[in-house]
Amino acid sequence: MIAWRHQEARAAWLLMSPALLGLGAFILLPFALALVMSFTSLRLGSPLSVEFVGLDNYREAFADPAFRRGLLNNALFALIVVPIQTALGLALAWLLDRQLRGRWLFRTLLFMPVVFPLSLVAVIWVILFAPGPDGLLNGVLSALTLGAWTPRDFLNDPVWALPAVMLTSIWQGTGFQMVVLLAGLQAIPRSLYEAAAVDGAGAWRQFWHVTLPGLRNPLIFVVIVTTILSFRVFDQVRIMTRGGPQDASTTVIHEVVRTAFDRGQVALAGAMSVIFFLLVLGLTLVQRWSMRQREEGR
Amino acid sequence: MNGRPILPMIATYLVLLAVTLVFFGPVLFMLVGSLKPDELVLAEAASWRGWVPESVSLENYRSVFERVPFGSYLASSLVINGTIVGLGLVVNAFAGYALARLQWWGREAMLAVVLAILVIPFEAIAIPLFYQLSALGWRDDHLVQAIPFVANPLAIYLFYSFFLGLPKALEEAARIDGAGVFRTFVAIVIPNSRAAFASVAIVTFLFHWGIYLWPLLMTTSESVRPLPLGIATFYTLPPLAWGDILAFGVLMVLPVLVVFVVFQRWFVAGVAATGIKG
Repeated sequence: MIAWRHQEARAAWLLMSPALLGLGAFILLPFALALVMSFTSLRLGSPLSVEFVGLDNYREAFADPAFRRGLLNNALFALIVVPIQTALGLALAWLLDRQLRGRWLFRTLLFMPVVFPLSLVAVIWVILFAPGPDGLLNGVLSALTLGAWTPRDFLNDPVWALPAVMLTSIWQGTGFQMVVLLAGLQAIPRSLYEAAAVDGAGAWRQFWHVTLPGLRNPLIFVVIVTTILSFRVFDQVRIMTRGGPQDASTTVIHEVVRTAFDRGQVALAGAMSVIFFLLVLGLTLVQRWSMRQREEGR
Repeated sequence: MNGRPILPMIATYLVLLAVTLVFFGPVLFMLVGSLKPDELVLAEAASWRGWVPESVSLENYRSVFERVPFGSYLASSLVINGTIVGLGLVVNAFAGYALARLQWWGREAMLAVVLAILVIPFEAIAIPLFYQLSALGWRDDHLVQAIPFVANPLAIYLFYSFFLGLPKALEEAARIDGAGVFRTFVAIVIPNSRAAFASVAIVTFLFHWGIYLWPLLMTTSESVRPLPLGIATFYTLPPLAWGDILAFGVLMVLPVLVVFVVFQRWFVAGVAATGIKG
């Protein structure tokens, strides 16, 4: 028995080692490098020696208008995209959670954008947002308003560039919320609805008192995931607007890449990466905590 | 059910139909646009005519292969994704099994480390990882785009939770028969975990098919670049031909659509399971 235990421990380390090597070399080590880098004066192509500069890079990051704009844009992204996407996903899941002909087809078509690569999504929407009366969105809006709409160049307009990227993300991501919430709805026992109906609860009250509480975990999950994704936005911005015009649609990660590669300020980019990580970490912790709170409160 | 109200039913269908049209619209736009002459893609976009092309031609598809090395982009994507999915299944399933089932010193600490790493988004380490690997002279090939993504904390976690839910009796029986850890894993655990392997493989594949930031940083040669960089390049390549670009898009998304439609059940189950467990 002791020999067997010994064999088991050895096997465990053997099984674990490839993953450990990968996680260590490609996640933990670069993460540590970002931290160390962020406290130095490292610059690409600079003849000056690398020095320890304390929190200078962090001060510089927060003083950088483009980076601040990125932070603001990511926050707006989360505040606008997450509620819209969740409400839409929930409404669609609720509509699909019944006996319907063609339910499979609806679900498949609604989910389809989720499997589209973001680069392709961005390119498709660049065409849909095309300027002038020929652009699809301009055309539709002008038809809906009976010609009152003035066609505009959405992606080159400081007011419209960010909302355009948001719309693209909502289109791509709603199906994900829908599928997770639909599975959540299907996991709620029918007997709960029947009991509520017997107690005289109408459709609306059933939704508030049976459906929503039953969906707590899936709802928290999709909100966490989408909020974090809102802070990771890069591909669409890079392809659709390059952060412009005048940083109107830039994001944190877009600024990190620009700072490192266009400006060669590696250490500053490291500090920005660390700030970005702390943001994501904070969000995760707050939401995990709120999940536990509600569990205990019941 | 008898006496089910018919009006709400009709309303449900109408709303679903309308929303589905809006969501499927851009996909349809891509399909239709890829089949018509370049100059008509935009000109007809906002009218009904644009959705029912008069003449359908595959000219744009021919043009894609003439203007860019599409085959090379596709091959790169397949090699990179094949490596990530194939090696990933082995590496992450091993780790998940060691964490879920084996007794060893350090197991709990290791599990905590994996869960902590789960919080680190790739974007936070992309820049230092770029310098780390460049310093080793490793860049601009297929493997550098794949190897960093093989060990994946989410996949480890998914395998871990799946293995926890497997009944222990089978493994115990195998051990009593004298099978070692590896034999038990290969002969008993893997055949009983096809669902977990399938959903991890499909989620990993679909996720990495669109990978853009990392190849953008790590590659300079078109010959090793995957499809997402291909379309981003193609779309800036003069002369601007929307029909060609949409044809590229159709070709690029076809493999994932096939995987998605064929394996939808596994995929949806995988996504939903992570959601419900939270």
